[in-house]
Amino acid sequence: MPEHTFRVNGEQVTVEAADSERLLWVLRDILGITGPKYGCGINVCKACTSHVNGKAANPCAIPVKDLRPTDEVTTIEGLAATAGAELHPMQQAWLDHDVAQCGYCQPGQIMAAVALVRRVREEGRRITEDDLDGIRNICRCGTYVRIREAIKDGAARM
Amino acid sequence: MTGDDRDRRDLAGPRTARSSTGAQGIGRRRFLGYVLAAPTLATAAEPALAPEAAAAGAPSAADAAAAVPSPDLTELVDLNDVMTAAAWPTSNLIKVVVNKDGTVSFALPRAEVGQGITTSTAMLIAEEMDVPLDRVRVTLADARPELAFNQLTGASNTTISTYTPIRVAAAVARGRLLEAAAVELGAKATDLTLKAGVVTDLAGGSIGIGALAEKAASDEPRRVSVQLKERGEFTVIGTPRNRIDALEAVTGRKKFAMDLDVPDAGPTMVCRPPTLNGKVGSVANAEQVSGMPGVTHVAVISTGVAVRARTFGQCIDAVRALRVSWRPGSAEGKSDASVREELRDAELPLGLPPVTPSVEATFTFAFRSNSALEPNCAIADVRPDRAEIWSGLKAPIVAKQAIAAKLGLPPHAVTVHVTESGGSFGRRLFFDAALEAAEISRKIGEPVKLMWHRADDSRQGRTHPMATSRVRAAYLGKSVLSYRQRHTSVATDLSHGLGEVFTALAARLPVGDIGFSETFFQLSQSTPYDFGFHSRLLAETDKGFNTGSMRNVYSPDVTCARELVVDRLAAKTGKDPFSFRRDFLRDDRSRAALEKVAEAGNWGRAMPEGTAQGIAFHSEYHAVSAVLVEIDCRPETVGRPIRDGVTGPRVTRAVLAVDVGLAVNPRGLEAQMMGCLMDGIALTLTSSLHLRDGYFLEASWDNYFYTRQWNTPPELEIIVMPTTTGEPGGAGELGVAASMAAVACAYGRATGTMPTSFPLNHGTLSFEPKPTVPPVPASPTDGLDHVR
Repeated sequence: MPEHTFRVNGEQVTVEAADSERLLWVLRDILGITGPKYGCGINVCKACTSHVNGKAANPCAIPVKDLRPTDEVTTIEGLAATAGAELHPMQQAWLDHDVAQCGYCQPGQIMAAVALVRRVREEGRRITEDDLDGIRNICRCGTYVRIREAIKDGAARM
Repeated sequence: MTGDDRDRRDLAGPRTARSSTGAQGIGRRRFLGYVLAAPTLATAAEPALAPEAAAAGAPSAADAAAAVPSPDLTELVDLNDVMTAAAWPTSNLIKVVVNKDGTVSFALPRAEVGQGITTSTAMLIAEEMDVPLDRVRVTLADARPELAFNQLTGASNTTISTYTPIRVAAAVARGRLLEAAAVELGAKATDLTLKAGVVTDLAGGSIGIGALAEKAASDEPRRVSVQLKERGEFTVIGTPRNRIDALEAVTGRKKFAMDLDVPDAGPTMVCRPPTLNGKVGSVANAEQVSGMPGVTHVAVISTGVAVRARTFGQCIDAVRALRVSWRPGSAEGKSDASVREELRDAELPLGLPPVTPSVEATFTFAFRSNSALEPNCAIADVRPDRAEIWSGLKAPIVAKQAIAAKLGLPPHAVTVHVTESGGSFGRRLFFDAALEAAEISRKIGEPVKLMWHRADDSRQGRTHPMATSRVRAAYLGKSVLSYRQRHTSVATDLSHGLGEVFTALAARLPVGDIGFSETFFQLSQSTPYDFGFHSRLLAETDKGFNTGSMRNVYSPDVTCARELVVDRLAAKTGKDPFSFRRDFLRDDRSRAALEKVAEAGNWGRAMPEGTAQGIAFHSEYHAVSAVLVEIDCRPETVGRPIRDGVTGPRVTRAVLAVDVGLAVNPRGLEAQMMGCLMDGIALTLTSSLHLRDGYFLEASWDNYFYTRQWNTPPELEIIVMPTTTGEPGGAGELGVAASMAAVACAYGRATGTMPTSFPLNHGTLSFEPKPTVPPVPASPTDGLDHVR
């Protein structure tokens, strides 16, 4: 098996895996990082949403060979550290709005939310209702309205 | 208390009896409990029924018959009364434990699937013990057969059935802590106060409950009598609280079954048949697939071909590489149209046509998926003489018994751990993955971590069955004379333990020998309106499908049909939908909730053409719910572009009012109502399975259109009505039926039609079906092209 080197949550890692092995299974089955969840395996449900170099990415659709040694993968477990705090402001907003129900989609939702806020900020604008409508992450518990409220609140704190 | 409540007392003694106490100043009702023999303080409730409750006569078929012309069985006894009565005798077996670190532990014999019962349970204990909520640790109990009917999570019954026993156990613990503190502090117990987990005496001396945990323990069981707090003394129950597991959820630390690190439990998947429940004929390349990278095992099992590998990615590759010849399944050649014909053949007659004017309609409801986001999954470690299972299970005792039987092991040799579930919606009443994982682990002799692919979960997983509902309502002038509903459904599999509950209590149920599904139907359905004579019947057909209860079971379809007919009746009798309902609702609780949504939602406001309001009502689980929605059916909204998504009409505003009697955690209740609304929107507008050639076409969340952000109402208001009965009703499923119905009614009013086929978009296939061979799609490889 070939070796692949990249960064996860601030640390350099090297794993043995087939070139085509998707990052989701490298994280979950080889590295034991279980925050990113499986919900479809075809980049539809977005439950595995994490960050690659600070932007939202879906590990179920990334062959591990595509990662370079300098690429920084951030999962929900590493999010707080990017803000240098116990909790990222978006996580705190999530707690304050009591967003989670079963919690299964929540790591992906939070990672998607943080990336959305960063993106619109880079575009020099504020989050719109259309931006929120465009979030594809499924919440089968249907806590969509609290997700929207928490994103707006979390954005104000970021 | 109404006469109906008195009739119900025998079945629900512990629930209803309290409301009869105190009013005359006789003093608070006392409950019996136990201090159990344990190293630290452990307490439980005494299961004996209250004397006045036991003395009341059980309802009987004769009582029900005497109530004609409208024999609504649920007025005498409903599903929740039955489940509560069944759970009560073993309430002494669930215990509150005080630990030396000052925490309080409770292993809840129910499944947490997102509905918030670990939080509400912790609140009950915190309230009665006067300990901080964050010191209460609620975990999920392993399967415990000795609990009999007291470990089934369903019918929104958890809080209804555990409200009293858990508080009694906590109150016993509190009393015992005070006794022990009195000895330690050299004070009279009556001079002590227990607050925030610390006992304080009049002189300022204090001791924490952790330091008392051993001192308050008992070497032998002791029976004690306690009083519970009155509602006016509550400082935790009835106050909005955040979930106790929220921090774990937002940090990724919350563990679901597939997140558990069970030694050697290798990733495992199953190559499944192209048609529903097809069987393996032969495998052409098992040896070759066994040699694929990472693959450790390939084995034919009863449901397909299992593969175990180092990673799930390797499992997906192996499943896709298998060349299997398949034998036919259980729905071979069937389609939506052919099942609709079967239903038509099974429909019961509505009786002779009425001599007065009437409204009559037939509604069709497509198959729907109760897939959760966490797919079916389980870990199994089966050894020759024992087995250990980890899975999200709402009926773990039945799972344990079935797995033991399948493995040929005695039940005590099978340990079943209940894990936190990533949603249920009815799916986790069954244990398909746990049973399958046990079979695979036995076959290959290794522990397995089994995961169903999303495509498996959607195509082979359980469904809410296709159904029709036929309604006829006769009216004259401003009166409704009769209401008949005939619900006809593909059979719903209810073989998850509720059946045993009914069997055990059969002699006490006023239903006679009408069969299990009909019993469930009659115990869960009611007509909340004063419609003269009414009757409701269920007919079932075709057991060839993998079905199960889906959140709120029969009620969404039954209620949607009824509420659409109610709108027609309103039009025929010259009233608007709100005032018609208000005038015909039977009781004040119901009217209050309906009036609340009409007021908060500004019922009757002028709206542009192509948009409209809809209003609907539903009562169940000792609770009532009313929903008002506004919908936008204008072309520019219906056609708004979303990639690979169904847009369609949008619910632009929703107002829900719920009266659950007593809301233990109003914030949690609001969350459940929000979810119920999203389910209702999906059921009316977008979500269904299409059956073609013996299989379901949907294999992805972009095929099965559950509500997404772009379908979410921009404006939502949820109103928790003030406490009425003082006893908690059910909440987890309560809002689905009225939500579905309100959206349907709003659509009807916006378009000037009465929709009769659900979901509305079922006739249009909005996606390209994925192949069935191989059964699971390959994962994409272009992920880095889409970072954003």
